[in-house]
This record gives sequence, structure tokens and C-alpha cells, in this order.
Amino acid sequence: MTRPENIIVLKDLYRHFGAVKALDGVNLTVKKGKVIVVIGPSGSGKSTMLRCINHLETPTSGEVWIDGKQLGKNEKELNEIRTEVGMVFQLFNLFPHLTALENVTVAQKVVRGRSKEEAHEIAMKQLERVGIPEKADVFPSNLSGGQQQRVAIARALAMNPKIMLFDEPTSALDPEMIKEVLDVMLDLAKEGMTMVCVTHEMGFARSAADEILFMDNGQIVEHTTPHDLYNNPKEERTKLFLSQILDH
Amino acid sequence: MEPSAPQIEIKDTESEKTLRDQPWWFFAIILIFIWAGYIFYTRENYSEAFVFIKAGIGITIKTALISYAFALMLGLLAGLGRISKNIFFNNLSRLYVELIRGIPMLVLIFFIALVGVPMLVDGLNALGVSLTEAGLGFLGEPLSAFGNKSLTMNTRAIVALSVTYGAFLAEIFRAGIQSITRGQMEAARSLGMSYGQAMRHIILPQAVRNVLPALGNDFVAMVKDSSLVSVLAVRDITQVSRLYAGSTFRFREAYITVSVMYLSITVMLSLLVQVMERRLSKND
Repeated sequence: MTRPENIIVLKDLYRHFGAVKALDGVNLTVKKGKVIVVIGPSGSGKSTMLRCINHLETPTSGEVWIDGKQLGKNEKELNEIRTEVGMVFQLFNLFPHLTALENVTVAQKVVRGRSKEEAHEIAMKQLERVGIPEKADVFPSNLSGGQQQRVAIARALAMNPKIMLFDEPTSALDPEMIKEVLDVMLDLAKEGMTMVCVTHEMGFARSAADEILFMDNGQIVEHTTPHDLYNNPKEERTKLFLSQILDH
Repeated sequence: MEPSAPQIEIKDTESEKTLRDQPWWFFAIILIFIWAGYIFYTRENYSEAFVFIKAGIGITIKTALISYAFALMLGLLAGLGRISKNIFFNNLSRLYVELIRGIPMLVLIFFIALVGVPMLVDGLNALGVSLTEAGLGFLGEPLSAFGNKSLTMNTRAIVALSVTYGAFLAEIFRAGIQSITRGQMEAARSLGMSYGQAMRHIILPQAVRNVLPALGNDFVAMVKDSSLVSVLAVRDITQVSRLYAGSTFRFREAYITVSVMYLSITVMLSLLVQVMERRLSKND
């Protein structure tokens, strides 16, 4: 087996919003096929870091490398790299004027230039993968939160991305719907997808994550395995945060 | 025993409620139409005025429709400009909107038709001459032959209305685009769509849907404002009724007739907009 390559590399990433340092010098290397879970208090820069990986947020300084290509000013190249990086949002962001199926086909047709039939076939396959092929012709407003999020995952997967980013995918869901989304994510992880997930679902982190990051004040405070983070966190801040989210 | 449903206290009697819910204003308008129809039919002066003024209705509708079509294109372009990050495009659009909004429509119509269009024609002529001198006769000759006379007042009126309403519609489009949450653009971009692709396939379809009623209302306003082109001697119903009143001194007949004509067009269009609004809100 060849040595797993570094599919995501973040070098000295800074992102300032005025005086606020959302990212304050982040370095991260993610190897292909790894599942990374990012935790941390709100405002710690987790989402900003995630959004910098596909340049939805442009870093103030620093470098982002995806699969050996640096994200820069070139819009066309950026669009190409983004097709390789699927993203799932906290508030789903499905296109409300399109059916579930059309949500999954539109970018395939527009960006990948696939024919209607091909896009349709791939979309149905992805909807089956996330377990809701029967909702293909339903508009997002008639889907539950969990179903919407699964369509959103199918939409990202239909582009055949090499990386999937999850930005608190279950935070806006009712408790009984969290599991259906996490199950899809677990399947993806088992299939060897490279994933970066901002989530506080500790069960998911324990069973799927290869590595876990604890962020605070725009910095990665601790980067280790889930087992080590829970059993012997090294930093005081990590201990405090973990005690807050686990002790109730 | 089955539990009975909780009783809701009704303060008004059914008949009081029904009376209050009737669109009395609309019945009044219908009455006006019936009364107008009656006098057009029975009184000779009025039927004469009606027949005379009716001749302008084609021009009124044509002017409004064509101008609105051009205004839609201009408005969409300028609306996209208003939210564009391109400094030149953004400021140009803003300048256009502010200039138009800062000048009375009547003055704009005079200005565009009597100053703007001739200036543009002169410019095109000059360009044509220099193109011909540069050896590009096939491009230059038609341009330099282009005369002011070939642009009728009807055409200039359409240019004036289009340019004016383009600025109003630009603000509607801008508001519509800005009403779409940022997440939509982000989701589209995260799938690899370019800004233009995201606009076209994701943002604009939703934005236009949201502003359809506003666009419809502006079309109604456009029909009414088309009466201003009568100052350019365009023979729309306003101008024709002025001519009729001037030559017969039957001011009452002329202006009652033209008012009823505008009212019937605008009431009809407003009803269409309302139906559209109701259907759109049902789909939400």
C-alpha cells in the first residue's frame, strides 16, 4: 500500500473580521480517507476553518491546498476544486424552488455538463444511498429536517467529491431525526470518504472519527484521537469544554 | 358521552360578518363601469367621444408593453449591477438609478426624447463617419446614414419610458435578489457553480418569483405613466382625448371617457396581479 496522501493542507491560516480573529494561525494536514471531527465552543473558529477549506470564506492570509492544488484567486480553478469538495450546511440550504431530485441534478447538469438522463440516474442512486428515493419529486418545504439534510448530502455526493465537509449537520434537527443523518454519515465514513465534520455528536466522533480537533479562540488547541481526547485531555481548556458537554 | 368541542364565541352575527367582508369598493367601480357603459350607449356626445378616443388605445397598449419589455431587461441588468462586486458595473448601475429617480418623469421624457436620442444619433453618425474613414465602410455607412428623422416620436417615447422604468425595476430586482438568503448562493457555489450559474439557476428563479407582484404593479403604473408621452404628440388615448376636447370643447365627455378607459385597463391588470399573488402564496 502506498503512503496515504495529504488531501487537505492548511498552512498558517488566518481569518480576521475587523478586530476579531476568527482563525489565528491554523495548520492542519488531513490524509486521504480520514474522518476528522472538529469540536469547540461557539465562536472558536470551527465553521470558519471549514468554510476556508472550500474558500466560501477567503482567508486573510495563509494557504489552502486541496489534493495538491492551491486555492487562489483564479475563479475558474476555484470552481473546479469546489466540485471535489462537497459541503453540508447546518440549515441544509436546499434550493426551495426545486424538487429533491432537481436539487441533486441541477449542479450535475450545469457544472459537470451531464445529460438529463445521466444526472437523473446518478441522483436516484444517491437518493437511494441516503434512504429516501420515494421523496424524489417532493419539494423541500414538504420534507422533514432529517429528510432535507439527507437530500443535501445526496446533492453533494452526486458531484463525486473527494472530500465532504459537514458544518454542524445535526444542530438544527429534532432529536429523533439526528440518527437518520448520522447513520448516513457513518456509512460514508465506512466507505472511505475523507470527511471533516464540525459536530458535537460525541457518539459519532467515537465510532467514526480517526482524529479529533479541539478548537478555541481561532486555534487548534488539541489534535489527537477521540479515545485520547476523552480519556486524557492534555489542555485545561479541553478538559473544561469536555466537562461542560459531557456532564449532563 | 363524547367530549364536546370547545365553543368559540362569535361576536358578530353571520350576516354582519358577511356584510363587512364584501369588497364594496369593487362594487362601486363596477357601478362606475355600468354607468359609463350606459352613457356611452345612450348619449350621442359620449359615444362620439368614445369612438374617437378608442383609436388611441392601440398606441397606449403597444407603448406600455414594448417599453415594459425593454425596462425589464434594463432593470435586470442594472439590478444585477447594484449587487455586483465589480466597482465599475456597480457604480454605473447606481448612477443610472439615482439619476433617473432624481428627475421628474415628465422632464425625463422631454429630455430623453428631445435631447438624449438626438445626441445618441449624432454620436452614432460621428462613429459611422470615422469608421468609414478607417476603411470600415460596411459598418460605418449605415451608421452615418442613420438620421434623427428615422426615429419617430413613438419610438423616442418608448426609449424614454424604458430608460425611466428600467431604473425602478432595477430596485425591484435588487430587492428580490437580496431577499434570498446567503446560504443559497453558498450552497450553489459549494457545488462548483460559478457566480453567474448560481445567479441564473438558483437565485434569480427564486428572486423573480418573490417580486412578481411588484413587477405586476409596476406594469400597471407603466400603463398610467404612458399617458405622459402625449407631451411628445404621440397619439395615445390621452393625446387623442386632448385633441378631441380641444376641437369640440366637450371636455367633460373627453376626460370621462379617457378616465374610464384607463380605469378599466388598470383594474383588470390589478385583478390579475392579485390572482397571481394568491397563487404564489399558496405554493409556499
